[in-house]
Amino acid sequence: MANVTLQQQSTVKKPPPVTQLAIRNFNFYYGKFHALKNINMDVYKSRVTAFIGPSGCGKSTLLRTLNRMYSLYPEQRADGELLLDGKNLLDGDLDVNELRARIGMVFQKPTPFPMSIYDNIAFGVRLHEKMSRGQMDERVEWALQRSALWGEVKDKLGQSGMSLSGGQQQRLCIARGIAVKPEILLLDEPTSALDPISTLRIEELIHDLKKDFTIVIVTHNMQQAARVSDYTAYMYLGELIEFDLTDSLFIKPKKKETEDYITGRFG
Amino acid sequence: MELHKKRKVINKIALALSLAAMSFGLFWLAWILITILHLGISGLSLAVFTQMTPPPGSAGGLANAIFGSFVMVGLATLIGTPIGILAGVYLAEYGRITLLGHVTRFINDILLSAPSIVIGLFIYAALVVPMGKFSAISGVIALALLVIPVVIRTTENILRLVPDSLREAASALGAPKWIMIMQVTVRASQAGIMTGILLAVARIAGETAPLLFTALSNQFWSTSMTDPMANLPVTIFRFAMSPFKDWQDLAWAGVLIITASVLVLNIVARAIFKEKITT
Repeated sequence: MANVTLQQQSTVKKPPPVTQLAIRNFNFYYGKFHALKNINMDVYKSRVTAFIGPSGCGKSTLLRTLNRMYSLYPEQRADGELLLDGKNLLDGDLDVNELRARIGMVFQKPTPFPMSIYDNIAFGVRLHEKMSRGQMDERVEWALQRSALWGEVKDKLGQSGMSLSGGQQQRLCIARGIAVKPEILLLDEPTSALDPISTLRIEELIHDLKKDFTIVIVTHNMQQAARVSDYTAYMYLGELIEFDLTDSLFIKPKKKETEDYITGRFG
Repeated sequence: MELHKKRKVINKIALALSLAAMSFGLFWLAWILITILHLGISGLSLAVFTQMTPPPGSAGGLANAIFGSFVMVGLATLIGTPIGILAGVYLAEYGRITLLGHVTRFINDILLSAPSIVIGLFIYAALVVPMGKFSAISGVIALALLVIPVVIRTTENILRLVPDSLREAASALGAPKWIMIMQVTVRASQAGIMTGILLAVARIAGETAPLLFTALSNQFWSTSMTDPMANLPVTIFRFAMSPFKDWQDLAWAGVLIITASVLVLNIVARAIFKEKITT
């Protein structure tokens, strides 16, 4: 176990990680296709966890199960356990809309709603909280501040969210996600449709947001995983090959498959 | 080089053909509009809007027919539009792959292509005969039956153009399906749904056959929904076929009024919705 020292070194700076979401014996099926096979891992509180792996490995599928997104599609099903505060998210009696207030999600392509910038943010908040106009104004400003968009849009909150540039739209979607004050934020390749400068801004944002939110990010860009995440999970063909501190996984992977992938010999 | 030259020639031929097709279509449209304008304006006067349809040889206007058309088209749109939008939303958001959805879609397609005279005769048998007389309300229902399938079809098609990623984004924030539909997908399709309603209004504004069997016509001013009501299409039909010059002039004025109303309605609706979308 050569990387024990590495792990210890990295954890010296930070308090020991607390499990926020535990994934246990998790399997997922698209109809008859067995897409995720017996996944076991933890998502730690106030840390960034990255899922990497080649296309079709199941990383987005896994992310989309964490907020029960798959429930929209009747032919998709899951078994095993996703434990959040000891409660299995797969339980039939769980209210998925309440769950999604606790676990937010940002998608690959920016998806602003056809309404004003202000209403884009207020939309999610109104679903879960009753508040006065003044409180809502504060919440909208807070969310836009936290997503580093306030300065650019503060004078045009009444304009359509679709009028923003791609990078701004994606930050609007992040603002919309955090405005609900979730505990966990799921990011599904949030920068793959953006230019390098917008990508950089989002990465800085992720770094800033992890103080208050637990973040899980899917990325097909290994450098991005190395830059933004504390923990990385490498997946291949529906299996979790390796899960470790990002530094350990990239510097000294335990598995040959992981090493092949991150050194670019494959994938 | 040979290949590229060939492509350029094909491109020119295709362009020429489509230009020819366009001018062919525009030629007839322009001719129709010029004729309507030319003949309609000569028949147009203040009396057209203030006086009742006259017996041949005496002075008169189209006031009762304009009012009747306005009332019946308006009511038919008010009845048909909500039903059409709700059914369209059902087909696009709930019934995409259900049996009920498929059956509804199939029946709606049949209704959409049903000749309007069939609808007229159906209402004649179902309503006019039991009531024992022609009535404005049966005209309204016949027109509403023409509005519904048009609105259903356009609403469904437009909603299906909304990307599923937008639906997922609303769901991911914890929005129940009905809020997602009302505030996100229907809102994204506003302009398209509006176009569908306008198409339906434009279609029924000139329908003659369904009214001939239902509302018939009325020489006098009438606001009773259970009595025959004057309307532009049937009046135009009767007056244009007559040998009297003053009736023919009024028929042309009526044609101009219908055409201009539909045009103005289109422009106004578009202007309102354009403003709404950009703000």
